[in-house]
Amino acid sequence: MKSLADLEAIRKKTLDQVTLRKDEDSVRIVVGMATCGIAAGARPVMNAFMEEVAKRGLENVTITQTGCIGMCRLEPIVEIMVPGKEKVTYVKMSPEKAARVVAEHIVNGNVVAEYTVGAAE
Amino acid sequence: MKELSLHILDIMQNSIVAGADRISLTLVEDSHADLLSFRIEDNGKGMPKEMVQSVMNPFVTGRTTRRVGLGIPLLKAAAELTGGGISLSSREGEGTVIEARFGLSHIDRQPLGDMAGTMLGILTSYEDIVFIYTHRVDEQEYTLNTQEMRDILGDVSFSQPEVMLWLSEYLNENETALYQK
Repeated sequence: MKSLADLEAIRKKTLDQVTLRKDEDSVRIVVGMATCGIAAGARPVMNAFMEEVAKRGLENVTITQTGCIGMCRLEPIVEIMVPGKEKVTYVKMSPEKAARVVAEHIVNGNVVAEYTVGAAE
Repeated sequence: MKELSLHILDIMQNSIVAGADRISLTLVEDSHADLLSFRIEDNGKGMPKEMVQSVMNPFVTGRTTRRVGLGIPLLKAAAELTGGGISLSSREGEGTVIEARFGLSHIDRQPLGDMAGTMLGILTSYEDIVFIYTHRVDEQEYTLNTQEMRDILGDVSFSQPEVMLWLSEYLNENETALYQK
């Protein structure tokens, strides 16, 4: 069983590695988590992003939640903000699509055009 | 909503929008009383009396962007379908308490679903909020208090990959253990 005591070891380990990162350098993943998003399956999508980011050990990525973006029929919606690039909005997301977005967009820098709001409209 | 845990996630978002920095969730599955209930208590800005009375109405919302709010009405409908119900009390400037009760063995009760995933998402997204989560299944229970985690971790973020993986496993192990006799 995991216990809170493990956290002490994690803290020591990460403090050694982590160079203080500035928020403006980090990639932001924003998941719509209002009633509409949650009902459409936003939670497993968010968990998939978290798992994928953690598995790959991506340190400069932050995952946050937001409310209703206003296109409820296209939920789950995820926005990706890469510093210096235009914001990309992905729609009708799934955990499988999330894994692909992390691999292609966040790691390799290629937007997955077929999942974007532009392709859906 | 397909799972009760999604209702819980949705209702906790209300507490967050209300500016709470301390949210407690107590979830109880009691097979002797044939009852599943949860209670969410926050120290957010609360609601005036008129709002408390009208918030069950889907055409009432605290938002200004549009005029419908479905979170609480959906929860109410889901609870009543199982012979249960919800109650809500709130004081402006002090906070809100919402409690939902479901018939545990009722055929129309949605499954509880992925509580570990629900808590993982919310805990790591809102690190500045103290969450106190207790889940009891008959005689077994566990409690997670994020203040204890914060005290140990200091400046290390909950969303650090190592911490997130630890938290995910910790939650999953504890949730699974609740159902082992």
